[in-house]
Amino acid sequence: MSLFLVVALPFLGALLPGLMNTAGRAACAGVTFAVSLAAFVGLLTNLPAVLAGEMVTARIDWIPLLGLNVTLMLDGLGFFFAMLILGIGLLIITYARFYLAREDNMGEFFTYLLLFQGAMVGIVLSDNILLLLVFWELTSLSSFLLIGYWKHLPEGRQGARMALTVTGMGGLAMIGGMLILGNIVGSYDLSVILQNRELIQGSPLYLPALILILLGCFTKSAQFPFHFWLPHAMAAPTPVSAYLHSATMVKAGIFLMARMWPVLSGTPEWFVLVTGAGLITMVLGAVIALFKHDLKALLAFSTVSHLGLITMLLGTGTAFGAMAAVFHIMNHATFKAALFMSAGIIDHETHTRDIRRLGGLRHLMPVTFGIATLAALSMAGIPLLNGFLSKEMMLEEAYHTVLLDSHWLVPGLAVLGSLFSAAYCFRLIGHVFLGPVRDDYPHKPHDPEPGLWLPPAFLVVLVVGIGIAPFLVEPFVKLVTASVLGGTAELPYQHIKIWHGLVPALYMSIAAVVGGLIVVSAFNPLLRLWDAAPRPEAKRIFDAIIGGVVRLSERVIHGVHNGSFTRYAAIMTVAVVAVGYHAWATGTVGPATRVPQVASPVQIAGWAMLVAATLGLVLLHRNRLLSLVLIGIVGLVVSVGFVFFSAPDLAMTQLTVEVVTIILLLLALNFLPNRTPIESTVLRRTRDAVLAVAAGVATMALSYHYLLRDTISPSISEFHLANSYKGGGGTNVVNVILVDFRGFDTYGEIIVLGIAALLIYALTEALLDGPVRARLLNRKPTDPRAGDMHPMMMVVMTRVIMPVVMLVGFYIFLRGHNEPGGGFIAGLVVSIGFVMQYMASGFAWTSARLRYPYHGVIGAGVLTAGLTGIGSWFVGKPFLTSDYTYVRIPPFQEFELATAALFDLGVFLAVVGAVMLSLESFSRLARRAHVPDVEHPMDIDPSRDDPPDPLQPRTEA
Amino acid sequence: MSHWIILPIVLPAFLAPFIVLAARYHIVIQRSVSLAGVFALVVVAAGLAWQASDGTVTLYQLGDWAAPFGIVLVADRLSTLMVLLTAVLAFFVLLYAVGSRWDYRGWHFHALYQFQLMGIMGAFLTGDLFNLFVFFEVLLIASYGLMIHQGGTVRLRAGVQYVLYNLLGSTLFLFALGAIYAQTGTLNMADLAERVQLIDPSDTVGIRIAAVLLLMVFAIKAAVVPLHFWLPSSYAEAPAPVAALFAIMTKVGAYAIIRVYTMIFPPDLEATAGLHGWWLLPAALVSLAIGMVGLLAARKLDRLVAFSVIGSMGMVMISISLFTAEGITAALYYIIHSTLAAGALFLIVDLVRSSRADLMLTAQAPVAGSALTAGMFFMAAIAMAGLPPLSGFVGKLLILDASFDTGSVAWIWAVILISSLIAVVGFGRAGSVLFWKSQSVAVDPGAEVQAAPSPLSYVAVGGLLALLVAHTVLAGPMTRYTSAISAQLFAPEPYIATVLDTPGKLSDPYSDTDEEEAH
Repeated sequence: MSLFLVVALPFLGALLPGLMNTAGRAACAGVTFAVSLAAFVGLLTNLPAVLAGEMVTARIDWIPLLGLNVTLMLDGLGFFFAMLILGIGLLIITYARFYLAREDNMGEFFTYLLLFQGAMVGIVLSDNILLLLVFWELTSLSSFLLIGYWKHLPEGRQGARMALTVTGMGGLAMIGGMLILGNIVGSYDLSVILQNRELIQGSPLYLPALILILLGCFTKSAQFPFHFWLPHAMAAPTPVSAYLHSATMVKAGIFLMARMWPVLSGTPEWFVLVTGAGLITMVLGAVIALFKHDLKALLAFSTVSHLGLITMLLGTGTAFGAMAAVFHIMNHATFKAALFMSAGIIDHETHTRDIRRLGGLRHLMPVTFGIATLAALSMAGIPLLNGFLSKEMMLEEAYHTVLLDSHWLVPGLAVLGSLFSAAYCFRLIGHVFLGPVRDDYPHKPHDPEPGLWLPPAFLVVLVVGIGIAPFLVEPFVKLVTASVLGGTAELPYQHIKIWHGLVPALYMSIAAVVGGLIVVSAFNPLLRLWDAAPRPEAKRIFDAIIGGVVRLSERVIHGVHNGSFTRYAAIMTVAVVAVGYHAWATGTVGPATRVPQVASPVQIAGWAMLVAATLGLVLLHRNRLLSLVLIGIVGLVVSVGFVFFSAPDLAMTQLTVEVVTIILLLLALNFLPNRTPIESTVLRRTRDAVLAVAAGVATMALSYHYLLRDTISPSISEFHLANSYKGGGGTNVVNVILVDFRGFDTYGEIIVLGIAALLIYALTEALLDGPVRARLLNRKPTDPRAGDMHPMMMVVMTRVIMPVVMLVGFYIFLRGHNEPGGGFIAGLVVSIGFVMQYMASGFAWTSARLRYPYHGVIGAGVLTAGLTGIGSWFVGKPFLTSDYTYVRIPPFQEFELATAALFDLGVFLAVVGAVMLSLESFSRLARRAHVPDVEHPMDIDPSRDDPPDPLQPRTEA
Repeated sequence: MSHWIILPIVLPAFLAPFIVLAARYHIVIQRSVSLAGVFALVVVAAGLAWQASDGTVTLYQLGDWAAPFGIVLVADRLSTLMVLLTAVLAFFVLLYAVGSRWDYRGWHFHALYQFQLMGIMGAFLTGDLFNLFVFFEVLLIASYGLMIHQGGTVRLRAGVQYVLYNLLGSTLFLFALGAIYAQTGTLNMADLAERVQLIDPSDTVGIRIAAVLLLMVFAIKAAVVPLHFWLPSSYAEAPAPVAALFAIMTKVGAYAIIRVYTMIFPPDLEATAGLHGWWLLPAALVSLAIGMVGLLAARKLDRLVAFSVIGSMGMVMISISLFTAEGITAALYYIIHSTLAAGALFLIVDLVRSSRADLMLTAQAPVAGSALTAGMFFMAAIAMAGLPPLSGFVGKLLILDASFDTGSVAWIWAVILISSLIAVVGFGRAGSVLFWKSQSVAVDPGAEVQAAPSPLSYVAVGGLLALLVAHTVLAGPMTRYTSAISAQLFAPEPYIATVLDTPGKLSDPYSDTDEEEAH
């Protein structure tokens, strides 16, 4: 079967359990088993090729640019691990079928399990180290989901997060390491990398790459000082602990060290780091395991210890060490998975995993007793069981290893580790199964149904079988070892056998077992000693670190983002001025090419008014009405300035805009307090002042610089000046630019205007629905109301002037193309005419006479402008292409008809609609605020002698 | 004359006023018109992208005026890709808005949505800096309208900050445009690219300041720290579909930086050398760090996602600030990823919101549909944190790889990898509280039963997630395409020639030589 299929089957199959969930537990487990079995068989079909020493490969390009391709390879090492993963997977699936309770969601469980299985197979079959990274992180994620499977348990959630954090960290470090490795070699393909030992070890980047990759391996395989997550991962359901956290996932780090062994090992750095970490982990794990009362915690720390043992073996860098490591991986997977499943059975049957509450189970659960005892004795290194064989090889290797110039350090520690390892195995057997039968188990135990004990029993058969007849697996072990060595070292000649003669390893082994017996017989005093000794609690430290980081982040983030707009604006100003200053400081300043004009007294006067009004605005801005007046002055001076610089169009626009905005702002002020309260300290205001002055000076300097210099080549406006009439049919260049040359900009801008009006409308609606409404309704005006809010004089005058305003607007609109004017200004002028009616007779009266909704006017305006643009499509020209012609209708003179005028009509409508809609929105606020309104055009009407409106608070005024 | 290029701008610009004019009170018509319009946009955008994929640069002269005198739209690989991305995102987000009935909770949602699209599309397609300003205004004002949709005190307050900050940005944009025009006398991008070559090395101050001010403007849009302050509360408080659409808005800034600082002010331009090298990369690194630290510090899910957007923009900007072909390739791949992931996350936030009292990261009783929501959150979080197997991981690898040969590789790698870890921790904490811890909270039997989100909502989110998967699976072709875009950007001569040498109205190359006058 293709390797792709072997990897993909579990992933594809992960969809099935969720689907079969409703079909019952047996069906759900059945499909999962079938999927795994298919992948397992698929793997086995490749066995002949592997045995023949061939490399089975499969390749699809994924991201060639990055060198990340789906390339898979299967050699002895890969086959070995894949077989472990899929084979033990089958046993675990069977076991889990009977282990999970009825209320557990089995579909979810098996989905995660298959995802994990696929990712794990992916790791061991990857030929591309980036692809390997992908699978690597996937195992972390699926392990996260599996540990947190019992979502309601806080231990599960915390353990899941801790595992994800620690292994995730390692994974991220490994990304760095792998990228460095790939860049050294120039390829991310393992098959290429493994050929380049000299290149890699000679590179100056070897050490960073090694450290980063080892970080990944150590975190995944729970090596000191990252071992602490594994015991907490035991909050997962026991099948997960047996599968992920003893047999497979935690071996991923070891797998990678073995995979990379040919190119990374053999250097002093590798030796010190890997052997050192392995030794410490082995001893530490074994010691802690002895004193754990939770069965699964004991097994977890023993797993940590054994992983340390294997790591230590890989670290020595010798071929024999590698072979011992491979053999121990195999043995550990068999006895440890069996032990975990036994622990699960005990938990399942007695409802406790606390060793102190157990004992005497051998009579009640004889089958489980047999399985667990054989597995534990193997772990302790008792002859005729497989654990003994690999432990002997480990001790042999340790005996020859010199660390830190000491011949005693490694053997001594190895014996110490083995001693404690034997001790906790004896304790497990003694304290759980031996001793008298108790009568206070939380639940009366008995042997479970066969579905639960058959899988571990199968493993124990292997334990015994390999232990008695190691020669059966020796060829396979050597095959795997050969692929670990990758041709960089000779395959060891030694044979795996039970009796090697009276060699040092045998004495060390005997010492360990005897020592273990002594330790376990003196367990109680030792425990008191252990409990009295101060020792760091990893979870507390981890939680403290995470908590500290979170608190620090909160302080930083909430401190910086405190919601103060002035602060945000200040930071932005500083940043802009700073980069601007840097740009100036690193540039070159050429001489001025223009001569400044001399200012006339009128100009100086205008300038002085502008400055005075602006300064006044800054000083008096807390009085809102006054600041509005000052803003009006600034606007007027600017429009005068436009007149002076011969820009009548701009001046007219500025003037009318000024009128309209001031009126709208006055309306808004009506609902605001008169004064802006002081909300900041003097210090902060000083800071703001300094920043404002700095930015202002910078802006001035910038303008001054540009004003004194010509553009580097003639500006495009010369084209506009030359072609305004010829191409646009208008002599008013400003208008032609607006409606023709850059009509598209205008199109965008009227849309902006229209949106702004729609927004004001929507905002008002939202406000009136919210809490503001109550405040508006209960508002008491601070100043007395005018007695005559709609005076007759004003009514009469605005009525009379209305047709005139309309005519002026129409005139300005028409002349726009050739003389100052245009749709924009005309729209504003006409709006002012309407606004006057509102002012004179009130909102209600005017709105009642309104025939066209302003929304529609805006829409019509934008559509008109757009349709004008589209019109040119029908003559095969781009959007907004203008055309014009001259027509003569007697008795009128010849006049120009331009499509641009139609566009300008759209502008006109949009402006009128936008201004009026804004006004109407404000007026709705006012009406809700119970500003008295009348149905008559004016309050005092001589032609009418109705009594005064009772609503009018005229008498108080 | 092909008018396809302008369609992404004109189509929404017609639908919006039509909705305002004719369908103001008819939500069904609004929805139909809006959905049909956005679907048409997707089709048109796909056509444009296909047309540009062979490297063709298509020009559209508005009003038939030749560049640089009139405004032009230019469709090349980059702009059409961004247009397509926008259209696709907009389609799914609109589906969600309809499915969750968000569009019915305030005024003018569909009109503003179309205007917003018009602004974004215009910003991607225009070849003129001032026109870019106009479209920035359109998208700003429309986005403000969308942001305060439905109102509410907190939202309105956030909206004010948003619009004020961006108005400051617009003012700065005007300064920058004024400076550029004063220095070069043109605003057309291609023309600018030619004219800045003529800058006298003894008088570079003018163009330097102009260039750097413009960069600041775009950096504000791209939410580069310390110019990001407008983002967190406005994205968090905005209605979910709006926040999801906003995922593309920060990319407008990134797009503009890529466009302007590869074509007009390319990295090897003498006059503007050393302008941003010293601060843009550090700022991007800080953005990434702040984003992910903010993610960890967030107490509410919506702010958490908002900060993750800042972080992912940091990633984009790190890659852009290398200003190498590899860097831009990686950045473009990441931009697509980040847009889809952020969009999906914001919609998921709303799915969560619809089943809870608030978005505080506390355990609340589980409700119907939360398993599906949890699954989607898990997936989107993986994407955003850059874990395998989704595109965030591929993008991260691309960026790490692109920065390998630079001098600051240690800094870049350290910040990226450590902030990824922080993101993992942050998302892990949030997810486990929201979806796992809530399983331990007993359901209050007296509480009113909240309806599960509509199937259409899930379809919309699922669609975005499916796109993320596709972006990952097709990472090979995608990276090949983004590297083609990058190649086109670093060889802008065909672009410039197409824009400047195509004659328009009154620029007959044989008789009237207006262009030569101008140069």
